Amino acid sequence: MEKYLYTALFAPLVSSLFVALFASRPKMLFTGVIASILIAISMVSSFVLLIDVNTHGALHVNMMDWIVAGNLYIPFGFVVDEVSVIMMVTVTLVSTVVHIYSIGYMDHDKSFNRFFSYLSAFVFSMMILVMSDNFVGLFIGWEGVGLCSWLLIGFWYHKHSASWAANEAFIMNRIADLGMLMGLFLIYWNVGSLQYEEVFATLKDLDSVVVATIGIFLFIGAMGKSAQFPLHTWLADAMEGPTPVSALIHAATMVTAGVYLVIRCGELYSMIPDVGFAIASLGAFVALFAASMALVNNDLKRIIAYSTLSQLGYMFVAAGLGAYWIALFHLMTHAFFKSLLFLGAGNVMHAMHDELNIKKMGGLYGSMKATAILMSVASVALAGIYPLAGFFSKDKILEVAFNEGAYFLWFALFIGAGLTAFYSFRLVMLVFFGEKEYIKHGFHPHEAQPFVIYALLPLGLLAVIAGWFEHQFEGFTTRLLARYEIHISHGIEIVLIGATLCIAVGGIAFAIYKYQRGGFSKTWEEGFFYKLLSNQYYIPKVYELYIMRPFTMLSQFVWQKIDMKVVDFTVDSIARTIYKTGEKSRKMQSGNLSDMLRWMVVGMVVLLVLALFYRPMA
Amino acid sequence: MITLTHYLILTGLLFAIGLVGVMRRTNLLMLFFSTEILLNAVNIGFVAVSKYYGDFTGQMFAFFIIAVAASEVAVGLGLLILWYKRNGSVDLNSLQMMKG
Repeated sequence: MEKYLYTALFAPLVSSLFVALFASRPKMLFTGVIASILIAISMVSSFVLLIDVNTHGALHVNMMDWIVAGNLYIPFGFVVDEVSVIMMVTVTLVSTVVHIYSIGYMDHDKSFNRFFSYLSAFVFSMMILVMSDNFVGLFIGWEGVGLCSWLLIGFWYHKHSASWAANEAFIMNRIADLGMLMGLFLIYWNVGSLQYEEVFATLKDLDSVVVATIGIFLFIGAMGKSAQFPLHTWLADAMEGPTPVSALIHAATMVTAGVYLVIRCGELYSMIPDVGFAIASLGAFVALFAASMALVNNDLKRIIAYSTLSQLGYMFVAAGLGAYWIALFHLMTHAFFKSLLFLGAGNVMHAMHDELNIKKMGGLYGSMKATAILMSVASVALAGIYPLAGFFSKDKILEVAFNEGAYFLWFALFIGAGLTAFYSFRLVMLVFFGEKEYIKHGFHPHEAQPFVIYALLPLGLLAVIAGWFEHQFEGFTTRLLARYEIHISHGIEIVLIGATLCIAVGGIAFAIYKYQRGGFSKTWEEGFFYKLLSNQYYIPKVYELYIMRPFTMLSQFVWQKIDMKVVDFTVDSIARTIYKTGEKSRKMQSGNLSDMLRWMVVGMVVLLVLALFYRPMA
Repeated sequence: MITLTHYLILTGLLFAIGLVGVMRRTNLLMLFFSTEILLNAVNIGFVAVSKYYGDFTGQMFAFFIIAVAASEVAVGLGLLILWYKRNGSVDLNSLQMMKG
């Protein structure tokens, strides 16, 4: 089985390195095809491992020693257990679809080959992240996906906004990674090892304050990667990247790494329920906060990005309250329908020549039936309507919040579910139905190539059926993760499900009703709330005014005053001194033998004096 | 009684004369003389110390130095004559071709 493990892990690396050979050449179709095949091989291996883990249990290999210094021992070790294999399957499945899709999407891009190299490198980093059996390997993968995310957001680097967004994402993550590093240092300091097994085995002996500190620091890292408040602004701006990137990295896989970290450290977080509750509260806040921003946005991709943010909040609620398998379940189902939604949005963008304003679309159903159906399915799944995937996972999270007695969190999530349904269908209505606004703007939309649509079908299927495997999923993952008992009586459970379904259906119905009649009137857009929401609560402005500007001023001061006048001056004066000395002593080389002989005598005298006074240490 | 000290003082004096010659003289021939004085000053020192310790190594060295000096002078004088034939002068200031 080790062979399959190594295949699953290294096929993306081979793909990335091979395609990188052609990175600066013009488009070559085979790079995309080979990358897709290699990622598909990785996916098949992951599925084989899934079956193997199901029958034989976890697989643990030590590839080789990596860092052996004093008491520090870190191997290149990989573990395929119930959690990591679920992540592997999800990541490789979505990646395969996205790779195939990208062949169509990036068709006219002159950096076609480079794109596939980056995309495969991302998959490799993500595999390292989920498969590592120690925190350092996880951190390497963590940084690797951060790097690939930076490369891919800034893929069209000649666009100022793209390179700005790439830097923003990277810097935000850097702030959070500092927290994560602190957590790792604390773990090593207190435990003396970074292997998951040893760390979790020794945690019980540690002081609870230390455990809580470690938990908080690790969660700061997770907040950055999963774009939780207040580090959330980068995710919406990351939509500057090509749409397949948004689908793979900023919806399905990388942003869920934070949730994965909390799930992986479940044993740690279950020891500190207060921190867990704080995580859940933050998650619920983000779920509502992001959903409200999605309500009024007119940018096709940003709406879906805010929706991702909101769903990540849901996952953190489940993980924070100790329902780790439910968080993982929602992570998986969300990966399927959210990537489908994004890839569908990519088709729409292509049809509309990269136009993103949904107010300029409308009535696209006529020309893009397949995409419209797939996106509607994904939206229904996202809204959580029975029997699609989102219903099962999201409803479980609401039940968990209710079960824990956190009625306030439950209420926030409940409202969030209604908002989710509303903004999903606002998007569907504005894009695919209603007035054909695009005619006024002179667009001629056309459906994507057939193979692109076929590539999306597996995701469409999974968005429908993934939820049906809830019980198998629970049985499988709770072999490793903590079980979660729900104590609500059956009657209340039915009422809860009914209420959630009602608010979701209500949201959908309201959106359809309202937007069939041309949407809200213009006066709404003058209102305070509309402005607050469409300006993202003015948070980017606040960041710019109170963080970026002072920091820029500080940087300028440091640059012009400290760097130029102190550091550079010192270095320059050393150089100048040496230069001047050379200029002066050049005259020694007069070419006159007499002068040289005199200098020779001087040298001899100096050496003699040294010989007289120098006493070597006895 | 002539002791080792006297010999060494003589050596020092001769060496100083040689050094001054090397530094002050501009005639190439005189420079050769000065170098010979330097070498022989050292030779005297070697022989004196050798006698003092009753060890012949120093005297052997002196012979080596005489032999090496002789061959060096032979080559050097040859070059000097060649230079004189070309330039009509053996003044050091006329030898100045490379300047930093």
